[in-house]
Amino acid sequence: MPRSRGAHARKPSSLGSLGLVWVYPDLLSTYGDRGNLLVLERRARLRGLDVESVLVNADQPIPRQADIYLMGGGEDLPQVLAARRLRADGGLPAAAGNGAVIFAVCAGYQLLGLEFGGEEGQPVQGLEILNIRSGRGQRRGVGEILADVDPSLGVPRLTGFENHQGVTWRGEGAAPLARVAVGVGNGDGTEGVFVGRMVGTYLHGPVLVRNPGLADLLLTWAAGPLPPLQAADEEWTLRLREQRLAAVPAGSA
Amino acid sequence: MGKLPLRARLATTIGGAAGKMSRLAGRGDGSVIGGVIGLRVEPDLLALLAVGRRVVLVTGTNGKTTTTRLITAALGALGQQVATNAFGANMEAGLAAALGQAPDAPMAVLEVDEKYLPTVLGATRARVVALLNLSRDQMDRAAEIWLVARRWREALASATDCRVVANTDDPLIAWAAGAAPHVTWVAAGQRWHEDSWCCPQCGSHLTRDELGWHCGECGFTRPPPSWVLDGSSVTDPTGRAHDLSLSLPGRANRANAVVALAVAGEFGVGPEQALPRLRKVTSVAGRYTQVERRGRQVRLLLAKNPAGWLEAFDVLDDPPVPVLLSVNAREPDGRDTSWLWDVDYRVLRGRPVLVTGERRLDLAVRLEADRVPFKLAEDVDDAVNRVDGGRLDVIANYTAFQQIRVSLGRAA
Repeated sequence: MPRSRGAHARKPSSLGSLGLVWVYPDLLSTYGDRGNLLVLERRARLRGLDVESVLVNADQPIPRQADIYLMGGGEDLPQVLAARRLRADGGLPAAAGNGAVIFAVCAGYQLLGLEFGGEEGQPVQGLEILNIRSGRGQRRGVGEILADVDPSLGVPRLTGFENHQGVTWRGEGAAPLARVAVGVGNGDGTEGVFVGRMVGTYLHGPVLVRNPGLADLLLTWAAGPLPPLQAADEEWTLRLREQRLAAVPAGSA
Repeated sequence: MGKLPLRARLATTIGGAAGKMSRLAGRGDGSVIGGVIGLRVEPDLLALLAVGRRVVLVTGTNGKTTTTRLITAALGALGQQVATNAFGANMEAGLAAALGQAPDAPMAVLEVDEKYLPTVLGATRARVVALLNLSRDQMDRAAEIWLVARRWREALASATDCRVVANTDDPLIAWAAGAAPHVTWVAAGQRWHEDSWCCPQCGSHLTRDELGWHCGECGFTRPPPSWVLDGSSVTDPTGRAHDLSLSLPGRANRANAVVALAVAGEFGVGPEQALPRLRKVTSVAGRYTQVERRGRQVRLLLAKNPAGWLEAFDVLDDPPVPVLLSVNAREPDGRDTSWLWDVDYRVLRGRPVLVTGERRLDLAVRLEADRVPFKLAEDVDDAVNRVDGGRLDVIANYTAFQQIRVSLGRAA
C-alpha cells in the first residue's frame, strides 16, 4: 500500500488501488462503524477500483500512506485511550498532513480536535488536526437526524441517527459540514465539520450507508472522478434512504 | 404473607387485582402493571416482599430469561415453591409482581435488567447473583456497558452475604465480579469479542490465547474457573464430567445451563439431580418453539443484539433450510439499527434468505453489502408461502418476534 504522492496527485479511477485504514476498531467501533468501511469498499469495487483495507488496533502503528482513514464512535474511556495512543503514534496527524482523506464519526470526530470531554467531563487533549473543541452538553441527543450539507460539496441532505452528549465548537477554518434540519448535531444548529479532505460528523446509522453521496465524495477525493453506479446496484440503498428521509417528521426539530 | 406490613399487603392486593384486570382486558400477561401500582402504594414493596426468601438474581445482556428458567427448573429438585418472573418483566415492577404473586414461595429466581442490578441487589439481599455476559445492546436507551460493569462492581464489592456466579470468559464480567467477596467462576465461553478487546481495568489491549485472556500491561487475568463448559460436556468443581445434551439448541444455551448448574450447586443441588430437569426445558417464552404452518415446521429464534445474532446463527439448521430475518426498531428494540452492521451475515450464504419486519430495507442493504442473496417478504406468512420444503428458521428481534408469535396464533 505505501506510495508517495503530492497533495494534488490523483490516481486513475479505472486501474488504481485504494488503501483504507480503519483506525482502532478495538476502541472506536460502537454504532455499526464497520458499515462505513463496507460501503466504501463496495462502492469503490463497483467502480473497478482495487481496495485494500487494513484494520489497525490500538496496539499497532497507524500506516502513514493510506488514502482514506476511518474512525468510529466509542465510549468515554476508550476515547481517552485512543487519543493518548494516537498522539503517541503520530501516524494519523502525519497522514492528515499528507492530504489523506479522514472520515470520523462521533468520538472519532471529537478526538481529531484540540480537546474533548473525558469520562468525568474533564478536558482531554485531542490530536489537534481540526480546529474544534468538544465538551459535554446538558442532555443527550438521541434520535434520527436530518441535515443539509454545505452546497459547495454537492451532497444531498444527510440522514442518520445520533446518540451523543457532545457539543462541538468550531474554530476558524472549520466549516460546518451541514445545517441541522431535525436533530442536535454540533449543538449550535450546525452538524459536523469539513476541512480540506477531512470530515467529522456526529451521524451514524451508519452514515455512509444512508448517504451514498457522502461516501462517493470521500472516494472522489481519494481516487478522482468516479462513474455513476448501475441502477440495480443502488436500488436498495436508495429505497432505504427514501424511507429514512420520509420517516422523520419534518416539524420535529 | 401474614408477616408483611399492612401497607405492603394492601399494595400487593391492589397490584394483584390490577394484574388480573390487565389480563382479563387482554393487555398482556399482567406481570408488570400490578407491580407498578403496588410500588406506587409502597415504594419499599420489593424489599418487603423479598424478606425471608432465598433470592437468586440473573443478569447480563443475553440469556437472562432462559437462564432464569433453567435455574428455576434445577431448583425444583428441592421440592419448594419458587417465585420467578418467567416472562422477562425484569425491572422493579416486574420483580415485585412476581414475588407478590407467589407470597409463600421461600425461594425466588429473578432475572434483572442490567441497569437495575445494584438497586435490586440492595432491595432483595440476594443470596446468589449470576452474571452472564455484557455486550452492546440498544445503546439509544441503555447505558454504555463499561459504565454498567463499573456500577455492578461497586454494588457487588459490598455484598458480603452474596455469592456471585460469573462467567470468567467475559473480561467485563470478570472485572465486574472481581471485587465481590465470594465468587464461583464458570467458564461458559464467549463468542462475541467485539466489546472486550481492551482490559476493563487499565484499557490496554487484551491478549487472548488457549488459556483464555490476560492483560500484558496491568496483569489482570482470567480467573480460574471451577465449572467448565467444554463442547457438549461440563466439568463440575470435583472434576467430574457430565454430558450436557439439552433440548434447547446451541452453544449459548449450553453456557446458560452451566451457569444454572453452578447456581443450583450453591443450593446443594448437584448436576445429577439438576441435569434431567434442565433437559425437560424445551422452549422459553416462545424462544425455540416450533410451530406448524401450512405443512412447514417454523422455528422461532429471538436475537436482540449482535452477540445474540451470532449465537442464533449457531443454532440454524444446515443449508438449504431457509431462514427468515425480521427486524423492527421500536422502543423496546432500540430505535437505532446501526447494530446490524456489527453482525457478520456471510455465514448465511448458501441458503435461501428472506427479510421482513419494519426495518427490512436496513436488512436488505446490510445483506447486499455482505453479498448474501435475499428476497423481501411481507410477513411470516408470506415467507412460509415462498419457501419450498418442510422447514423454516426465523430469527427476529424483540417486537418483531412478538409480532410473529401473534400471527402464528400464540401457539408459539
